[in-house]
Amino acid sequence: MVKNHIAKSFTGGIKLNANKNVSSSKTIAEQFIPSKLIIPMSHQFGPDAIPIVKVNQRIKKGELIGEPADKNALAVHASCSGQVTAIEQHQEPIVGEVSSSTCVIIQTNKDDDVSHQKKYWPRDTQTRLNLINQAGIVGLGGGSFPTAEKLNSKSLNCELLILNGAECEPFISCDDVLMREHATEVLRGGMAMMELVGASAILVCIEDDKPEALNAVYDAAGQLNSKLIQIVTLPTRYPAGGEKQLIEAVTGKEVPSGEYPINIGFICQNVGTAYALDRYIQLGEPQINRVVTVTGQGIKNPQNVLVPIGSPISELISFCGGYNDDVSHLILGGNMMGYSLHTDELPVTKATNCILAINKSQEEKSTQIWPCIRCGDCASVCPAKLLPQRIVKAYTNKNFNKLEELGLKDCIECGCCDVVCPSHIPLTASFKNAKYLTEEATTHSLLANEAEMRHNLKKIRLSKEQMKVDRLHAELKSNVRGDNRKSMINDAVNRSRKLRNKK
Amino acid sequence: MATATLILSGIAITLAILLMLAARYFSSSTNEVVEKIETLLPRIQCAQCGYPGCRPYAKAIAEENAEINLCPPGGDETVRRLANFLGREFSPVTEPVKAANLNTVALISEELCIGCNLCSQACPVDAIVGVHQRMHTVISEHCTGCRLCVSPCPVDCISLIPRHG
Amino acid sequence: MTELVLIIFSAALVNNFVLVQFLGLCPFLGASKKFEGALGMGLATALVLTIASALSYLIEHLILAPFDVEYLRLISFILVIGASVQFTELLLRRASPILHQVLGIYIPLIASNCAVLGVALLNSNAARNLSEAIYYGAGAAIGFGIALILLSTLRERIEEEDVPGPFRGPAITLITAGIMSIAFFGFTGFPQI
Repeated sequence: MVKNHIAKSFTGGIKLNANKNVSSSKTIAEQFIPSKLIIPMSHQFGPDAIPIVKVNQRIKKGELIGEPADKNALAVHASCSGQVTAIEQHQEPIVGEVSSSTCVIIQTNKDDDVSHQKKYWPRDTQTRLNLINQAGIVGLGGGSFPTAEKLNSKSLNCELLILNGAECEPFISCDDVLMREHATEVLRGGMAMMELVGASAILVCIEDDKPEALNAVYDAAGQLNSKLIQIVTLPTRYPAGGEKQLIEAVTGKEVPSGEYPINIGFICQNVGTAYALDRYIQLGEPQINRVVTVTGQGIKNPQNVLVPIGSPISELISFCGGYNDDVSHLILGGNMMGYSLHTDELPVTKATNCILAINKSQEEKSTQIWPCIRCGDCASVCPAKLLPQRIVKAYTNKNFNKLEELGLKDCIECGCCDVVCPSHIPLTASFKNAKYLTEEATTHSLLANEAEMRHNLKKIRLSKEQMKVDRLHAELKSNVRGDNRKSMINDAVNRSRKLRNKK
Repeated sequence: MATATLILSGIAITLAILLMLAARYFSSSTNEVVEKIETLLPRIQCAQCGYPGCRPYAKAIAEENAEINLCPPGGDETVRRLANFLGREFSPVTEPVKAANLNTVALISEELCIGCNLCSQACPVDAIVGVHQRMHTVISEHCTGCRLCVSPCPVDCISLIPRHG
Repeated sequence: MTELVLIIFSAALVNNFVLVQFLGLCPFLGASKKFEGALGMGLATALVLTIASALSYLIEHLILAPFDVEYLRLISFILVIGASVQFTELLLRRASPILHQVLGIYIPLIASNCAVLGVALLNSNAARNLSEAIYYGAGAAIGFGIALILLSTLRERIEEEDVPGPFRGPAITLITAGIMSIAFFGFTGFPQI
């Protein structure tokens, strides 16, 4: 029988108004096909894929369009059938900013020709991992970390595979509805992952505000009748879905700073990733779509949609009924960790879990920033156990050593400190900027090291050249002495005479 | 009176001899200080301070032969750090206008370059390649944005662009 | 033995030279900006204090007393202190040129640190023997070091905060030092020598 656990919570965190019912009351809309696709060739980790299609080429759904740049890189596939219209630079959202990268633009047709078919699922781990890369499967939790790389834990000993269905961020419900409707597939995908890493059990972690998903996963686990699946109910508390927080809540162990969960024997995978892996094993379908929550008061018809990767956000929103009149701005991701978009002409990527359109009433009122009163609330809610009030001071003083000492790099930018701060200090924004600045300082010091080295090399080269010239001069001088001198002068005079005579 | 004078000068002379011996025994080098000062400088070797590179400037500072506000790329931030470390007075950087910047790289306009090779001689980090009478180019990964190549160019074909994009 | 421990304890905490007797305030405020500097300064002063209290005892009892010229006490103590400061500077420059650079002018200033002369004179007034004098010097050095390091860490924290305009800089440092001094007066109830 499936075992049930109720986990304690992790350190820090806050209870938030979840707002999930806005989108989770409907089933996943699976019939969305955009008129055009903008498929980025870039990956958040690893080298960009190399486009192998030509303009005007007709392609089928699931066909390979971007070849991996090296052995361990990821492939890119067409997510709908259609015709390539261009291969050009296009904006795409990448980790907190919008930047430009090479994209394949596809005009879709309604044929829905499918090119992929069920493939042989080999026994060998390495071959399996290669296949996962060729299917372009990345983690769907938001980080887009290559799944194969994460599952490649031969040298490290993985005890437990944790399937992350916590989905703690307000408004987002894509994992919730996926578990409700496809619990069996999710669990099967999880079992495949478990087999790959050699773990002894799967823990499926779901927050207690998703009773339907919990029930569905229970039933599916009962049907699969595996003793290895355990289900953990987590108290609803933001950010329970953070990898390190989830592990702390479920196992009571803390992932050390700067290390990965695998270092203490755990691997965390998003339920969506498990679903994608199962689709690949069962149907041969590469990762070409994902469930996206389109929600917020600014959307007419909020719901979860199965979106082909590369669909323009604008078309996705018109599929959901379009904007309400009082919409004020668009956020990619949830309202805690997401970031504002200035345009909706951007493709949905594998990291896009939610599109949130805020109207004026939901908008946070911009309040005046007051000085810190040292209440310490930020420190008590920080799930990474940092001291936000001191980090922000170190940031305003640009004290990089202090920033590192205070553990800035462990900040997960969850935004809990912002929520509780009575002085409305923009803490998380400062930390993001501080991280950027420290990174810049590091690259600058690397550059400077190199410059110094090259400068010294140049000095050595110049001095060597100078020595060579000096030596030549000295040799010439020593040759031009005494009798030698006279004969050399005569030779030179004769040579010049000959030349003159020739003319 | 005589005893007092004798005793005092006796003590003073003994101590002086001891100190002289100690000074000879504990001879020191300023190398470490120079190195520390150099790490506080931007180390992009732009030579705008008037010294041929960052280390010579650091040495001059350590020997108190140079002001600490001669480094335009470092800006006031660097002066502040140096002032803090050396216990000297802060003063704003001289000529901050043509400040070199690690966020920029030089770019040679390919149409205009006449292959005079003056820029590559000026480059402190050998980041410009090209032979005589042929087009030269900047290896942007190695370029420190020091601007030293800009003024030698006879046809004004070098400009500075942001490092990325 | 108990007496020696008591001497150290009393010199370090109960009669802390900086915070209770208000001697040596110049380096206390000057060299307490950074923790590293304060640590170096504390060690250097400790060395000077210990050497100077031993040397001044020897000079007083082996030279001044036999020749009956005790009125030269003050001036010869100053000579001894100046020499031991110079010695410390040489030692420091050799051991850590960077620390030497950081401490800068504060090293020669140890010579004018009234705590050093104070220890020598107090030793001679209280007619302590050699070991007592050295222990008293070491105790004073520990007390000075503790006060200096405490203040420097406080100042590092204060530097990060936004202090109201009129209090910035020396003002808040003096206030901090004052509050620390009040705290140290709490040791008054302990037995002392």
